[in-house]
Amino acid sequence: MSHPLLEVKELKTRFSTEKGTITAVDGVTFNVDYGETLGVVGESGCGKSVTAESIMRLLNEKSTKYGGEILYKGRDLLSLPESKMLDIRGNEISMIFQDAMTSLNPVFTIGDQIAESIVVHQKLSKKEAMKKAVEMLRVTGIPSPEKRIHEYPHEISGGMRQRVMIAMALSCQPSLLIADEPTTALDVTIQAQILEVINELKEELNMGVIMITHDLGVVAEVCTRVAVMYLGQVIEEADVDTLFDSPRHPYTRGLLQSIPKINGDREQKLHTIKGVVPALDNVPKGCRFAPRCSFATEKCLEEAPVLDELPNGQKVRCWHHARIKEREDVPDAIEAT
Amino acid sequence: MKAYIIKRLLSMIPVLLIVAMFVFFLIHMIPGDPAAVMLGPEATPEEVAALRDNMGLNLPIYEQFFNWFTDVARGNLGDSLYMNVPVMDAFVSHLGPTLSLALLAQGFSILIAIPIGVLAARKRGTGVDRTFMIIAMLGMSIPSFLLALLLMLVFGVRLNWLPVAGYSSLAEGVWQHVKFLILPAISLGAIQAAVIARMTRSSMIDILSMNFIKTAKAKGLKQKVVIYKHAFRNALIPILTILGETFGALITGAVVTETVFNLPGLGQLVINAITRRDYAVIQGTILMIAVTYLFLNLIIDLLYGLVDPRVRLSRK
Repeated sequence: MSHPLLEVKELKTRFSTEKGTITAVDGVTFNVDYGETLGVVGESGCGKSVTAESIMRLLNEKSTKYGGEILYKGRDLLSLPESKMLDIRGNEISMIFQDAMTSLNPVFTIGDQIAESIVVHQKLSKKEAMKKAVEMLRVTGIPSPEKRIHEYPHEISGGMRQRVMIAMALSCQPSLLIADEPTTALDVTIQAQILEVINELKEELNMGVIMITHDLGVVAEVCTRVAVMYLGQVIEEADVDTLFDSPRHPYTRGLLQSIPKINGDREQKLHTIKGVVPALDNVPKGCRFAPRCSFATEKCLEEAPVLDELPNGQKVRCWHHARIKEREDVPDAIEAT
Repeated sequence: MKAYIIKRLLSMIPVLLIVAMFVFFLIHMIPGDPAAVMLGPEATPEEVAALRDNMGLNLPIYEQFFNWFTDVARGNLGDSLYMNVPVMDAFVSHLGPTLSLALLAQGFSILIAIPIGVLAARKRGTGVDRTFMIIAMLGMSIPSFLLALLLMLVFGVRLNWLPVAGYSSLAEGVWQHVKFLILPAISLGAIQAAVIARMTRSSMIDILSMNFIKTAKAKGLKQKVVIYKHAFRNALIPILTILGETFGALITGAVVTETVFNLPGLGQLVINAITRRDYAVIQGTILMIAVTYLFLNLIIDLLYGLVDPRVRLSRK
């Protein structure tokens, strides 16, 4: 029986803090298949990075409790011992981070840092690993990689550093790549190049990619499917065209409407979603978005909606998704402030 | 690199000039007369005045400084007023015990403090962390002479494991040499160990929260590799600074310890010279200690380059 690449089922990640337990990820469910790019979108603090780090089990496990399942090729990562996770991290599942400047160790050369995971996972000698590192740098589009491997992170530019991160992450041909805001810290022109590199390598290796971002432009560019997160939950999931054409959740609509349009009316103010994201230790009782939602009714404030699957495969966590479809033609269904 | 070292060496000159002036004038401001000390209480004022004249102590103070400093600039620290030997010889013959003591104390504090600091950082917030940090606090607070006396009492008198005081030169065998220095080194190194442990802990905690640590974990590296290779190498940078400072402090701090343990080191040389108002020895020795300190700093700065490529001086 063949398993999908990654199935995240009802994932819960709880941190014990001095103030008590905080549930940063609360019942997140999604799948990623080979060759697919899943966008995970949401504001800061919505739990997207925590979800990613839960998959890699990078969090401090003394203060973190997991619930649910993360099935990677059918194996539950959450129940694997740390020693087995070591074989998965950087080998089967790799991750690249937002800030390449601080994500590379300043005291080791680029070559050393790339070769390190090759030596660990592929049991090659240091010399062979360095050769492979050069090859990986070339693949990610770094000019004269033979020279670059002897350089230190502070000697190269931000875009180069992110390419180094990609080379490092992909050096063992992982099946799944988690990219946590890989382009946020970069110039727009460099952003496009980096996304292109990721996309090309995805095709080549047929890997699954989880692209975590708050940038809907990035989503439109590279993702095949999108999961929108709000306060630790997935509130809408759909393929990228459906999501952009007919968002069903008021929050998704709000996000889409808050993107400025080049041919829009400059006099008109941009849409904003009223209010702020509540703190995780003060989650609303009913629908988590209800206090900020213009569709909210009594029911929304009292009872938490479930993730409904629609006939077209779109999933929405809202009591009123049917109503929202009807009002699709109304542009400011969400209050502008 | 060569140019850098030459620049650093040249920049030592003004520092040493200031140290020389400071020491010279400070010593000459202390009441007391070397001539009177040398001749003893029986001497008549005429005899004392004659000796002062002979020693050049009746010249104007700036002239005395000028004479001394021109000699120093030529590499001549002068002769001891009291012991009839060149100051340089006195310095060299007393350097051995102090250097051995300082090295041993430094070695002891590094060996104890760095593993404790790393462990405390890894177990941050737990009982282990708190216990070690309380011990470090105690180590920092306890005066070294008190610790010295306690160590003498326990290991020297009660357990009779180690000699209470005295010294044996390296020529008489390594163990013989080290045996006399163990207790002094511990009492001298305790404060440094506490400082280094605290620095190591906070530096490691800092580094362990950095993004590149997450990257290292995400590569599938074992925790040990993440901590000792990726984190420790970075944490070492501020620790090095502290090591340089503490080593300097060890040489000066040795004065007290040497007195308590009766070691014939620089501390004793300086203390005796001060009680005898042996100006040339005081000035010369302190100047030499300053030189040592400056060279230590230079070495530490060069070591930075080894640890941290970002401060590596251009290799091209």
